[in-house]
Amino acid sequence: RSEDEDRKSKYKAAVRIQSWFRGCRVRAYLRYLNKMAICIQKWWRGYQSRRYFRKLLETAYFIMKMNFYNEMAVRIQKRWRGYYVRKYIHNYYTLKKYLEAISVNNETVRSELQKYAEMKENEEKRKDLEKKEKEKKYQARKMHYLLSTEQIAGIYNSPFRKSPDPMELLLRESKPLSHRRQEIRSPFGSELYDWPTCKRPPTFSTVQPLLAIGRQKPQGPFRDTAEVLQQRYKPLEPTLRVAASINSPLEKAREEIKREEWRNRIHDNEFLPFSSFHKNEKYEPSIHTSGKYVQETYGVKHFREAHPKKWVAGKDFKTVLPSIVLFEKFGKTYSRTGQIV
Amino acid sequence: MSQRQVLQVFEQYQRARTQFVQAVAELAARPQNVGLLQSAGVVSLLRPLLLDVVPTVQQSAALALGRLADCNNDLAEAVVKGDILPQLLCSLSEQNRFYKKAAAFVLRAVGKHSPQLAQAIVQCGALEMLVICLEDFDPGVKEAASWALTYIARHNSELSQAVVDAGAVPLLVLCIQEPEIALKRIAASTLSDISKHSPELAQTVVDAGAIAHLAQMILNPDAKLKRQVLSALSQIAKHSVDLAELVVEAEIFPVVLTCLKDSDEYVKKNGATLIREIAKHTPELSQLIVNAGGVAAVIDCIGSCRGTVRLPGIMTLGYVAAHSENLSMAVIVSKGIPPLCVCLIEEHEDHIKAAAAWALGLIGRHTPEHAHAVAAANVLPTLLAMYLNTNSSEDLQMKTKKALKNILQKCTHLPALESLLHDAPLNIMKYIVGQFSKVLPHDSKARRLFVTTGGLKKIQEIKAEPGSLLQEYINTINSCYPEEVVRYYSPGYPETLLERVENYHPVF
Repeated sequence: RSEDEDRKSKYKAAVRIQSWFRGCRVRAYLRYLNKMAICIQKWWRGYQSRRYFRKLLETAYFIMKMNFYNEMAVRIQKRWRGYYVRKYIHNYYTLKKYLEAISVNNETVRSELQKYAEMKENEEKRKDLEKKEKEKKYQARKMHYLLSTEQIAGIYNSPFRKSPDPMELLLRESKPLSHRRQEIRSPFGSELYDWPTCKRPPTFSTVQPLLAIGRQKPQGPFRDTAEVLQQRYKPLEPTLRVAASINSPLEKAREEIKREEWRNRIHDNEFLPFSSFHKNEKYEPSIHTSGKYVQETYGVKHFREAHPKKWVAGKDFKTVLPSIVLFEKFGKTYSRTGQIV
Repeated sequence: MSQRQVLQVFEQYQRARTQFVQAVAELAARPQNVGLLQSAGVVSLLRPLLLDVVPTVQQSAALALGRLADCNNDLAEAVVKGDILPQLLCSLSEQNRFYKKAAAFVLRAVGKHSPQLAQAIVQCGALEMLVICLEDFDPGVKEAASWALTYIARHNSELSQAVVDAGAVPLLVLCIQEPEIALKRIAASTLSDISKHSPELAQTVVDAGAIAHLAQMILNPDAKLKRQVLSALSQIAKHSVDLAELVVEAEIFPVVLTCLKDSDEYVKKNGATLIREIAKHTPELSQLIVNAGGVAAVIDCIGSCRGTVRLPGIMTLGYVAAHSENLSMAVIVSKGIPPLCVCLIEEHEDHIKAAAAWALGLIGRHTPEHAHAVAAANVLPTLLAMYLNTNSSEDLQMKTKKALKNILQKCTHLPALESLLHDAPLNIMKYIVGQFSKVLPHDSKARRLFVTTGGLKKIQEIKAEPGSLLQEYINTINSCYPEEVVRYYSPGYPETLLERVENYHPVF
């Protein structure tokens, strides 16, 4: 049993020694691992921080440079903007010059306008003066009879005056007015004169002959209706030759009408034997064309002189150029009965 | 019986009809007869005579109807209700020029009273007939037709659109080129009435090439023609910037200024209106006007006229000065402020005074120099008096208040401010005191003057709510001065001194 216990104690001692030794070994191993881990981590962390630091450094450097640039840019922009604004936008001196130029311009404009207004006024005055002059001259012409004669002094040439009145001088220079026929003015014409472009008032023909009841409208918009009527119903103004003759057509026509009236009171038909009396009168030839023995045919039968002996050829000249086809159709496109060309 | 006697009966009847119609036409020319004629039933009698065989009778009947409708509204309505217009218009294109003139006269007389009557005329198809009349050769017919179109187009924009749709505008532009002055006048007034309603109508008128002809006619010596032409151009220019630029491109500028010197008042007024309509759109257009010397001409025009004729000129100055401070300075340099002050004082009408106050406010509000120029003209007390006057209309009061506010916010001219200090009501007072509080802390001479003229005393008397802006300003001013001075000038100071005297026990 003591060997057993010896053995046990030795065994336990051996175990203890071994465990302690193994523990040491493991601990050493662990320490070793630890150290290695620390080494790695140390190295890695150093690396990372250096990188980080480098980045920080770079950003700080960058920011410093940017601030510097910004400041310099601000200085440049400050100078430039001040210059630009002062030169172009709020240029004090040009503004001053501009305002001076405006006042000068205004002065010129004002003086021009003043001159224009004065010129207009002068024109008005001149027109007034001229009108008055015209009035005076017209009055002088009208009252021409007030001119003084050798025997009797006129009212404007009183003997008690030193020199004659200016009116007297005007009267001496003026020509007397001639009598003018009064124009026939219709009573309603002047009231319709309120249309400003109407130069002559439209005369409603109260003094002219009345229009026939079933008549056609006058052609074309241009002539005054009254004028047209006047032309149409103008009284006959025969020439001296016609009027001088005893049996002039006017008298003859009048007599004809009178005879008809007399007849119509009793009887509607003409008496036949007597009615042809004045229809068979001989024609009186004109004095100008009647020669000693024979009537000249010039003016009646022909108007142009023709010398057949002088003619070159017997026929008419032919045209060299071809005639225009369209014009050949003149007068031939429709029949004569239609009378359209 | 005999042929002649039968014809004689007809001739008598014709003569009687002619006499009747011409007598009615003459009577209708006098307004006092119109009532009697109406009660005698003249419209129904004249209606069949319009279709008479004899043209004289037709024309006289149309003329009589036109005169009757011209006089009063009821007869015009009777003419429309009596179905006369279709008969009038049915054969218009074949008739002669006197009939056309008389028919156009009737249409004009009916159309001028109210929009409903004008609408009735349009519905009868009168516009096509009037356009046919415009194509006629006779200038009298054209004039009567365009007069009728003027009255129709004047009422509202639908009627103007109807006139334009009937194709009247190119014909009117042709009418303007005719040599007769009366025709030009009426055509110009028609174009003016058409273009005044809306920008599209004005554009139609411009597209027909009217501006060049209108611009040429400004040189014409006839005063009434110039009135109409200037009015037409201003109605075109007022709608938009493009139209105003088109009008300016027609080279009106130095010429329009001679119109401002014309002897006729309405030519001056319309000329100033045209310049106003151009100036109000953009700063560039105002700049153009200033460079051409327009401001000087407008100022002279204001100085030489009286009454409503001045109003467009005043508004022109206001619009020009409103755009920028350089332009406003240009107005001041052209001596614009004295006439405006004279207007404020002299004129009786409130709206003209209001316009003058508005213009002054716009001139003075840009910078302290501008406000100084306005204040130096001694116009601020007048403005204040008008604001406080109970007889002034609301519009005048509002405009003077705004003007004062704008000018005072920039004014550093202390004597002018001080003269206002004594009378101003509280809402104006705060601006005045505000300006003082800005200037006084920096300028010692001004502080001394402020005290000697009694301004400090007045300030102490103002009762302001604590915490309001006015109180802050007052505190700022009070802090510029030593405390004894402030206490010396505060109200009731003599009483406090006397109290101290009473409570003082002499020490022996």
